Amino acid sequence: MHTLRRHFLLFGATAALLAVLTQCKGGSSDTILVGEFASLTGKEATFGVSSHEGTLLAIEEINAAGGVLGKPIKLITEDDQSKAGEPANVVNKLISKDGVIAILGEVASSRSLEAAPIAQQSGIPMISPASTNPKVTEVGDYIFRVCFIDPFQGTVMANFATNTLKAKKVAVFTDVKSDYSKGLAQFFKEGIKKLGGEIVAELDFNGGDKDFKGQLTAIKSANPDAVFIPGYYTDVALIAIQAKQLGLTIPLLGGDGWESQTLVDIGKDAVEGHYFSTHYSTEAGSPKALAFIEAYKKRFNNKVPDAMAALGYDSAYFLVDGITRAGTTDGPALRDALAATKEFEAVTGKMAINEKRDAVKAAVILQVKDGKFKFLETVAP
Amino acid sequence: MDWFLQQSVNGLALGSIYALIALGYTMVYGVLRFINFAHADILMLGAYAAFFLAPVVHPIIPLPSFTGAIVIMALSAAICAIIGIVIELLAYRPLRNRPRLTVLITAIGVSLFIEFTCQHEAVFGAATRAFPPLMPAADFKLGNIIISSNDIVVVVTTILLLFALWFIVQRTRIGTAMRAVSFNQQAASLMGINISRIISFTFALGSALAAIAGILYAMRAPGIEPLMGMQPGIRAFVAAVLGGIGNLPGAAIGGLIIGLLETFAGGTPGLSNYRDGIAFAILILILLFKPAGILGKATVEKV
Amino acid sequence: MNHQGAKRWLFISIAIAVGISLFSDQFNRYYLGIAIDCGIAIILATSLNLVNGHTGQFSLGHAGFMAVGGYAAAKFSLVVVPLTPPELQPLIFVAALILGGLLAALAGLIVGVPSLRLRGDYLAIVTLGFGEIIRVIVQNMESVGAASGLKGIPKFTTFGWTFVLVGITIYVIASLVNSTYGRGFIAVNDDEVAASSMGINPVRYKVTAFVAGAFFAGIAGGLYAHHKQFLAPTGFDFFKSVDIVVMVVLGGMGRTAGVVLAAILLTLLPEFLRQFSDYRMIIYALLIIGLMLLRPQGLFTLSGKKKGAKA
Repeated sequence: MHTLRRHFLLFGATAALLAVLTQCKGGSSDTILVGEFASLTGKEATFGVSSHEGTLLAIEEINAAGGVLGKPIKLITEDDQSKAGEPANVVNKLISKDGVIAILGEVASSRSLEAAPIAQQSGIPMISPASTNPKVTEVGDYIFRVCFIDPFQGTVMANFATNTLKAKKVAVFTDVKSDYSKGLAQFFKEGIKKLGGEIVAELDFNGGDKDFKGQLTAIKSANPDAVFIPGYYTDVALIAIQAKQLGLTIPLLGGDGWESQTLVDIGKDAVEGHYFSTHYSTEAGSPKALAFIEAYKKRFNNKVPDAMAALGYDSAYFLVDGITRAGTTDGPALRDALAATKEFEAVTGKMAINEKRDAVKAAVILQVKDGKFKFLETVAP
Repeated sequence: MDWFLQQSVNGLALGSIYALIALGYTMVYGVLRFINFAHADILMLGAYAAFFLAPVVHPIIPLPSFTGAIVIMALSAAICAIIGIVIELLAYRPLRNRPRLTVLITAIGVSLFIEFTCQHEAVFGAATRAFPPLMPAADFKLGNIIISSNDIVVVVTTILLLFALWFIVQRTRIGTAMRAVSFNQQAASLMGINISRIISFTFALGSALAAIAGILYAMRAPGIEPLMGMQPGIRAFVAAVLGGIGNLPGAAIGGLIIGLLETFAGGTPGLSNYRDGIAFAILILILLFKPAGILGKATVEKV
Repeated sequence: MNHQGAKRWLFISIAIAVGISLFSDQFNRYYLGIAIDCGIAIILATSLNLVNGHTGQFSLGHAGFMAVGGYAAAKFSLVVVPLTPPELQPLIFVAALILGGLLAALAGLIVGVPSLRLRGDYLAIVTLGFGEIIRVIVQNMESVGAASGLKGIPKFTTFGWTFVLVGITIYVIASLVNSTYGRGFIAVNDDEVAASSMGINPVRYKVTAFVAGAFFAGIAGGLYAHHKQFLAPTGFDFFKSVDIVVMVVLGGMGRTAGVVLAAILLTLLPEFLRQFSDYRMIIYALLIIGLMLLRPQGLFTLSGKKKGAKA
């Protein structure tokens, strides 16, 4: 009797499992479902929250203007907790359970790389707002991005260091935990060597560290003309403070990971005078950029949008532009429309999609001056 | 030579903070025999307490000033001591006679709870915030070596607190009771010691130390976020085990060793990328030869 | 669980696996993915249970073994698959899994040796440290993608493969513990000194537990790699190890059925809580605390003491 009941239970459980496993995806026809995955909690939450807010603002604006193809967009956002292993589950859920027609995300290249094969295999276009690692779009023809890639940005800063700052000896200080930082450092080093410069010190830190004095002392004793720090602003602000304490007065250079008001809030006078490349400038910005900044401030408590927010915003408009031109939300048609983007006016500048599905767009170089980001130059691709 | 001295200064300052955190771990361990995972989060709460207290204190005692900093530290320490007592009361006390692993898992749960609650937008939010300067800062030059006033404050505070702690544990009535509880809980309670009160006191003291460590940590690296305690927490935990967990001077020595090692490893090209693993590698090596840590007593198994 | 019970587990899980894989084409990818996640979690939790539950050691580095197995298996597949015809691919998958398991077992041996001298929290911290060292090494190995991760791993893991391996893992571990030889694990757990005076060599049992536990963790890593098709070093940090420890403790140390259920529950829980996204991890943490306070003996221990298992 006991065994019988147990077998019955087991049978029931298996049947239930089968029932759940075969459940089909939902989604109604009067809204367009768009999935977004971002690191809203965990170690890299700062960046995820920014890009999410940008995306959210864009979707709200689009819906207020009547949606796309006459239907409102419903944004389904999932948090991947900045954790490896989560993006796969989350994107599977968005595609298979919710039935979204496109995926927006992620900022971090390693998490985009985890999600990309799933989007590719399901035939659902995925647009990364800010993953700059070249490998991301190599996954397949459904994967796009709205930011420039590391080889371009690394070369831009190598040129700037050599030609504008006249730096002969350069040190590189890399976040070894971040693929973004390692990729950017590599292309920067290649650029410097090509221009005849010398890399006198290469040191590493782990993103989230709070003590950098060991490495900075070593950099100081190598006596470089400039230090390239391709990190995120939270780390860079602390690095700049400790560099100043150690009497390291040479220019510090960085990439788009620097751009945030927080860099100045934390770094204060320690970040003064340093340079970085990024996607857009509020000073040289187009009317579109200025309108975005105003709208963002109004929506999010007077917060100044950073580069991640701008790119998150762009990724949503880029998708909508594709849908409008395709006239449908079918995967293959939408993919072709996105791939055929020749001139898209984004907050972060005019962009086109090349054959590798990367955005071709200009970079700007900014300098921190009086607690503001001062526009220096635009570098065309 | 300059390079070596400068790195030693950097390492000592970092090590002092680790030592301060490790003291809290070791003290709770000494009395309760379990690793309080939430210690690292109390450290974070201490830094946030100071962050929110600073604008309140500023109109009364203008900041940055030493008096102001001391007042803020004392208030934050008091707040965290209360938080520590509450955590012990709600989460750990009901488990007092349970297997240690159960308590450990609960501690991990408490730690996750604090971290994720604080990351919520309605609490602190996940973004990094600028920590206000509490003390006047200056950098002193000794030849080619630069010592920042923050580093001096950190080292001095750690030494003072280590002595204060030693005094409490060795020279006061409550310290004697703490040692008795640590030695044998049952016997201590038979001698009329109120075990619960001693444990609450230990938690309060440990949490107060964590709060001060958190503020010092935030002064050195003035960007605070809800997960800021994790990394120094794990390092300090290693330091406590390295020195012999349950042993106060051991924790201090362990902290200094880890701080110096990390700084020197960090300053060596080709090794700086392994910095996260080096503390652990040395720990494993030392434990192979001294299984109870540097100052820990090898326990004799009772048959 | 007796030997008979172990055989039943093996039979049941293989039957479910084969039955379900017949229909797997019609399955919703998301639910199928979660089901495979559950299977991998079961293998991880039961293998850690051999070390933490049955033998009474305290390992906090199980994710490290998983990483060794996962990276080894993935690298093997990436190198070998382009060189072989497609019909041999199941064979490559098996070879990759075994290779991953063996390398992880070797790592287990290296960690098992210090366990001879260390106990309790000291052992815990050494295993924690070991897991971190593995992560740091992987993070610096360009040949496995370093920080940017290893991508393009072939999708070999299926529902069928996973649950056949779940069955085998439970069967092997349950048989190991319940054999005459295996009584030694429990004896070492109950009282090491008494055990050794009875002629049981605790050293051998502890090392065996570490090696066998690591082997299956390595297999789980291999399954994980060919399931997610992407590996990043950050996925194998300290918190992953903690997740597995929580499963073992929640299931009731040393109780196989409980640990299996806990592994399933803790994998599904965060998914169910997804709709409360903002509060999901807060609820998860509260549940861990609450369960420990209310059912510290483990969630699924319904009846009294099982023979041999520690309360």
